Amino acid sequence: MSLGSIPPKYKVSIDRDQCMDCGRCIENCSYGTFRREGDKILIQSRKCTGCLRCVSMCPRDAISLTENPVDYRSHPLWSRDAREDIIKQARSGKIILAGMGNASNLPSIFDRLLLDACQVTNPSIDPLREPMELRTYIGKKPSRLEFKKTEAGDVELATKLAPNLKLETPIMIGHMSYGAVSLNAHLSMARAVSETGTFMGTGEGGLHRKLYPYQDNMIVQVASGRFGVNVDYLERGAAIEIKIGQGAKPGIGGHLPGEKVSAEVSRTRMIPLGSDAISPAPHHDIYSIEDLVQLVRSLKEATEWKKPVFVKIAAVHNVAAIAAGIARSSADAVVIDGSRGGTGAAPKVFRDHVGIPIEGAIASVDQKLREQGTRNEVSIIASGGIRNSADLAKSIALGADAVYIGTAALIAMGCRVCGNCYRGLCPWGIATQRQDLVDRLDPDQGARQVSNLIHAWTLELSELMGAAGINSIESMRGNRDRLRGYMLDEGILEVLDVKTAGA
Amino acid sequence: MCGIIGFIDKTKSPMDGSKIKAALSLMNERGSGDGAGYVAYGIYPDYADCYALHVFFDNMAEPKTKVDEILHRWGTVVHQEEIPTVEQPGLKRVHIPWRYFFKPYDDMIGGKVGSEKDIIKHIVMEVNSSIDGALVFSSGKNMGVFKASGWPEDVANFYRIEDYKGYIWLAHNRYPTNSPGWWGGAHPFNLLDWSVVHNGEITSYGTNQRYVEGYGYKCTLLTDTEVVAYLFDLLGRQHELPTETVVKALAPPFWDEIDRMPPADEELYRAIRLTYGSALMNGPFAIVVASSEGIVGFTDRIKLRPLVVGENGDKLYISSEESAIRVIDPEVKNIRTPRAGEPIIGRFNA
Repeated sequence: MSLGSIPPKYKVSIDRDQCMDCGRCIENCSYGTFRREGDKILIQSRKCTGCLRCVSMCPRDAISLTENPVDYRSHPLWSRDAREDIIKQARSGKIILAGMGNASNLPSIFDRLLLDACQVTNPSIDPLREPMELRTYIGKKPSRLEFKKTEAGDVELATKLAPNLKLETPIMIGHMSYGAVSLNAHLSMARAVSETGTFMGTGEGGLHRKLYPYQDNMIVQVASGRFGVNVDYLERGAAIEIKIGQGAKPGIGGHLPGEKVSAEVSRTRMIPLGSDAISPAPHHDIYSIEDLVQLVRSLKEATEWKKPVFVKIAAVHNVAAIAAGIARSSADAVVIDGSRGGTGAAPKVFRDHVGIPIEGAIASVDQKLREQGTRNEVSIIASGGIRNSADLAKSIALGADAVYIGTAALIAMGCRVCGNCYRGLCPWGIATQRQDLVDRLDPDQGARQVSNLIHAWTLELSELMGAAGINSIESMRGNRDRLRGYMLDEGILEVLDVKTAGA
Repeated sequence: MCGIIGFIDKTKSPMDGSKIKAALSLMNERGSGDGAGYVAYGIYPDYADCYALHVFFDNMAEPKTKVDEILHRWGTVVHQEEIPTVEQPGLKRVHIPWRYFFKPYDDMIGGKVGSEKDIIKHIVMEVNSSIDGALVFSSGKNMGVFKASGWPEDVANFYRIEDYKGYIWLAHNRYPTNSPGWWGGAHPFNLLDWSVVHNGEITSYGTNQRYVEGYGYKCTLLTDTEVVAYLFDLLGRQHELPTETVVKALAPPFWDEIDRMPPADEELYRAIRLTYGSALMNGPFAIVVASSEGIVGFTDRIKLRPLVVGENGDKLYISSEESAIRVIDPEVKNIRTPRAGEPIIGRFNA
């Protein structure tokens, strides 16, 4: 007996009174939802991914798209997803792939944290009239300063500072590789971070030569596949990041499908054209923390100890102790990627079930490093589901130095979070290598949109800080006194070290 | 609000407490009658080599027994007595103020406890965080804090403040918002030699608290000012930074200014901000800090609270109000208002 097909996820319809029959929907949909037969545009809703490209491009607003109503017998346990996953696996016998971040329905901790503002007893500060400092240095800081007397009797600084990245705003763009995303997407983001005085990650895909003009704002990544890595690549980056894991799929490696390995991608990654690029789950030269130390120091040695080295881990249960180990490894920053982190492709079971949310991870890592007296040894970069300036402010108040955004930057370029990145057909020209699709993303326009987003969040962060009577980001960092929890349980409040609303 | 005063005589000629009382009372507009306090340096010459521990006891039974136990574990009590007080109609006595003159044992120094002062710091943190009904509110040598809930005159008369002669005085008239009616919440706050009076609210308290707690300090007094004393102890004593540098860490120049400095200064101030970012104090404040070496007054980086300075020969005055200085010294010269974040330092003549 056949399993039959599962119901289409979306229902697309055209208001025929409004439609002017221009055919833009057919041109724009790379998934083939629309086609012309005779003088009629026909719709195959099953092909729709919900990317909204057609809706956005229709000059008459004639297209509507709805999630197809669930037509299963309702059941609290056997949700539509649960049933459909089983049907898919019964048919294929395979792991289910999914794109973007965690889609499970667990409540967000960020949404239940509230920020503070001044009233009467201290004045709020108006960022339009008073200086507001968001400048952030990422890297190792001394734990204390020492001075020496010169022969002339003057006192001078004896402590030497380690190399740090100077950010004009504590927002960076995380690592999304060229290959996973298009060259135009990379160019858009690279121009945006250069303009806004911050940094972006290359991901594990090497650095395309067209990005060389922006290399001073690029953090190059060394991941388990070592794609694109050579000394030239390391030297071009402003910093180097070792990727151990990622929030969307902790404990497993990466997979770039061969369909996305175009000639340029193949050259940049230094892998054969059209071959799958598979990053193994562990680094095959890192089987313990002391091996990580060797890699950190090798990378520093290769670049003459001039560049900060970051280590990125997924937020897993024991994240605090792992970060404490990293803080002793000569690394300059630890990147913690929470379970809501996005990705081009992850097994659904990992995306939705492995790892912990970033809020708890920041709190426990900051606490552990302080207990061990190593908080100044490393900066904390938080990532994984940062959606707006409030999430940013809360991350910093919990103890992060800066954040990485990923999905938010993609949305600024047009992404509608449809979650089909791994198919390589992104109609917005972002997660694709098909030239006609890539051409849809104009790097000038993309750069403007991404830099607008960074600028807007920076303004909002300034306002939030001013309202809290704070004019320097250092005083926001780890200032959990300015957070209150609302409808969070006692256990999580204790981990966050945040009082409940009203207390 | 709150009104503050700092005084130093650089020749160490002592001044009795009556003028400070008069000056502080003049600023009653800035207070609410819920707290006032004084600290004087040079008041215990007979016990100059002992740590003078001032303690509020709720009763003389259990809390005192526990404090005595801790003290006997760490050293010798050379002398102890109730701090002399006179009942005041306007002041409700809620604690028994007691003082010990204490010498730590040398052989207890070792490991994490690197000095006599570390022993004292440890004792203060242990008593204040673990013994109900006992609070050490003053722990330096040859100095002492006197404070309570009430108006400045009443608190001064309660402790007979005019009987003490000091070459440094700090005083504070409190309008509390965090913890009214709590004697421990009155200023000055003290740890070891450091005493702090503070007008303002520290918006970076959570950050500063997390920072000092990483070094074993425990914030137990329900108010933001105590963290200033701990920051001075950490940066000034443990990290051995000069006072100017401590002030520049707590109220540093803006990056715009730092970027324009000559390279050596730029590096220094960048290093200060990178290293001591968590010690930066934000929010409106005017603060005067005293130690056995002198006093320093400064405000927040955009000067949201008043601070006035005056001089007369070897005497330096720092206050919220010029009028308070003039009550102490009608002949005062060079009255001026310092710039935001500028340290005003008074040291003893060499």
